[in-house]
Amino acid sequence: MPQTPSASQTPSLKAGSAPGQSHADGPVISDFRLDNGMEVVVIPDHRAPVVTHMVWYRNGSADDPLGKSGIAHFLEHLMFKGTTNHRQGEFSEMVAELGGQENAFTSNDYTAYFQRVAKEHLAVMMGFEADRMTNLVLTDEVVAPERDVVLEERRMRTDSDPSSQLNEAVQAALFTHHPYGKPIIGWMHEIEDLGREDALAYYGRFYTPENAILIVAGDVTEGEVRALAQETYGKIPARGERPVRRRPREPESRAERLVKLSDEKVEQPSHQRVYLTPSYGTAKPGEAEALELLAHLLGGGQTSLLYSSLVVDQKIAVMAGAYYMGTALDDTRFWAYAVPAPDVSLEDLDAAVLQVIAKVADEGVDEEDLVRAKTRMIADAVYAQDSQASLARWYGAALSTGTTVEDVRQWPARVDAVTAEDIRQACRQWLEPRRAVTGFLLPLAPAQAA
Amino acid sequence: MTIETKILPASRAASVQKVTSAGGIEAWLVEDYAVPLVAFEFAFKGGCSQDSAQKAGAASMLSALLDEGAGPHDADAFHRAMDDKAVEISFSAGRDSFNGRMKTLTRHLDAAAGLLRLAVCEPRLDDDAIERVRSQMVASLKREAKDPDALAGKAWREAAFGAHPYALPSRGDLDTIPAITRADLLAMRMRLMARDNLKISVVGAIDAAKLAVLLDEVFGALPAHGDLAVIPEVTMASEGERKIVDLDVPQSTIRFGLPGLGRKDPDFWAGVVVNHILGGGVFSARLFREVREKRGLAYSVHSQLMTYDHAALFSGGTSTKNERAGESLTVIEEEIRKLAEDGPTEEELDKARKYLIGSYALRFDTSTKIAGNLVHLQVEGYPVEFLDERNGHIAAVTLEDTQRVAKRLFLGKKLLVAAAGRPSGM
Repeated sequence: MPQTPSASQTPSLKAGSAPGQSHADGPVISDFRLDNGMEVVVIPDHRAPVVTHMVWYRNGSADDPLGKSGIAHFLEHLMFKGTTNHRQGEFSEMVAELGGQENAFTSNDYTAYFQRVAKEHLAVMMGFEADRMTNLVLTDEVVAPERDVVLEERRMRTDSDPSSQLNEAVQAALFTHHPYGKPIIGWMHEIEDLGREDALAYYGRFYTPENAILIVAGDVTEGEVRALAQETYGKIPARGERPVRRRPREPESRAERLVKLSDEKVEQPSHQRVYLTPSYGTAKPGEAEALELLAHLLGGGQTSLLYSSLVVDQKIAVMAGAYYMGTALDDTRFWAYAVPAPDVSLEDLDAAVLQVIAKVADEGVDEEDLVRAKTRMIADAVYAQDSQASLARWYGAALSTGTTVEDVRQWPARVDAVTAEDIRQACRQWLEPRRAVTGFLLPLAPAQAA
Repeated sequence: MTIETKILPASRAASVQKVTSAGGIEAWLVEDYAVPLVAFEFAFKGGCSQDSAQKAGAASMLSALLDEGAGPHDADAFHRAMDDKAVEISFSAGRDSFNGRMKTLTRHLDAAAGLLRLAVCEPRLDDDAIERVRSQMVASLKREAKDPDALAGKAWREAAFGAHPYALPSRGDLDTIPAITRADLLAMRMRLMARDNLKISVVGAIDAAKLAVLLDEVFGALPAHGDLAVIPEVTMASEGERKIVDLDVPQSTIRFGLPGLGRKDPDFWAGVVVNHILGGGVFSARLFREVREKRGLAYSVHSQLMTYDHAALFSGGTSTKNERAGESLTVIEEEIRKLAEDGPTEEELDKARKYLIGSYALRFDTSTKIAGNLVHLQVEGYPVEFLDERNGHIAAVTLEDTQRVAKRLFLGKKLLVAAAGRPSGM
């Protein structure tokens, strides 16, 4: 079939493609609401008699009240502590007994709870999950040790690792006002003061049916899920309007920032540069897709511009990459980063990164590179169909950050439609120095060492 | 072609076809047309344990180089060729196996097989690629040099295995990586990558006839025989040594362990159940309840039974703030002692068996997981029937078995412990 030069190598994405090509579009997704406002998404995958059952709440660390950083994440931990109907541990014991696996996670914009079980146990999972949406019970005896657990988690993830500490400082410098600048796990001193009342207040505000999204992927039909959801989640009374999330907007960036962290535990310096950019939640049509392709072209692998120039040609870096965190409710982050070769200063490395970015802003990208990037990214959507859990996460994250099921389905087509000029414009407009924080991870300077 | 939904047969083994090519290369195939992709997983027996002490990391380095240029393509051209069709090819080196994988959209299967053939049979190992990978490995080692996990793991491994190859760092260290030459890498390749050493599994939109042709195309030119060094059997040290690595961090990372049970040991399955009860189950395990939930001593506390080809281990770990690190270890030792003396309860046994049996199906819900698990079985020497027999092994474990095996593993034994940080009370 004839292809225009900048179209990808994957099959036609247009409606009405030949039956043999409908595979590229993936499973038929259903999307509906219960009477109480809870959104439900069904993603069929009949290859194994297993389901992935997830509930996503439209709230995350960026919704932590001022002075209470870490409460969204802490509440996620506390959701496992029992309800008026089921004692602490009963839900987890049931999941284990049924041969299921479970976990939960908190991000900036969402908190999600999930179990993976044999399909015949879906109803039981829904019963328990619906129960803890509204019937959570917390006592100080239960809250105190769990707060210690969260403090250990923070020590493990951040306080024992200079690189994580730098990341935390970089984010705080990038988001001077918006709560994405706070760590998801919270600041140490604020975690220490979180208590039962804080958790229950947050719970009461955000854990409502109209603020929740049920995603069921796996060996199910829409009809089955609808019936089971009505019997469980459907019984929860509507609370009214979904809570409005009003985060303070980050003011326009006017100044470049440099953040440095030196530590005696650092033996390998590293560099990062983070820009404040629109997200899928805030961008104009096509803009986020252009940024996503830009990240891939700049630093998505060994054929990328940063890798080719810095690692292969100039040999001033051993690694280089870029990443766009497009799935976000508010304006988001775009990274370009590199690890220096021995005896290369981070200042020189940063200058080289800027040169590569400036070249794209001035001259754009090759058509051939663009076709390759699109092929790779669109193929990811097909590869994701292999994993019901991956698809469920993709949809859950999209729906909790202001986009729709249809947006996800049409994503490959929108990526395919991005032009080289779109990418050049996105680079010029958004990857400006004043929108960026640069982070340097350094060993202790000789004068500082003991 | 219509979309075919796969109905899982009552026998999982029955969904696996053993395909043998004209050249005698065997693969385990699961045909599945629901998603238009094909996943290849394969492994050569013998991995990092084939490294010499002076050249530790050679197998890992080789694995990083196989896709850095092959046949007529230098590294850049090879990666472009992969990216042009969204083909994924990568290799990795484990303790006892050298692994490869390839994933492709169905429509690019022929091109993907061609690229895989080149990486497997004609890697270039160009000097500039070697230097680039070397510098990446060095940077990675430097990044870990003061990482508590890496330091605790290294101290534990060295104390456990002494002069045995299992004590060596699988990705080498700052002395060995700079010393590895192109000749070393070629020699490792000749020893490891041979047809008599090779296990393969393929899952996806491909039939047996097509696969048979591809197997010869991709792997046929490999030498018939490898040349693996014999690795001696080893029992880890278990005198109760405690190794502390001083590191200025607020939290101590602890590793602990004892000799375990081999895959063919008649007590192995009872051991799996005992470990699950102690520290394998996430929310249900004794260690989770006592260390994390009741006392808030740690975010992560876990244990596992590990079977290498020539060693068997019970091992686990946790991370606790320095002031209470000694307390964490004491609680862990106490729980192990209690389990050894009294064994599990009937209820714990029942729940553990239910979980282990019920969760087995979760390993088989994506093409890449299925392919990976099937290669894993082959490499560990299990027949395909194991897929249907495995749950029976778990079901057959009795309370008496678990009581006996808990004693066998733990009674009167002293944990080998390593910790990185500034732990108090250890």
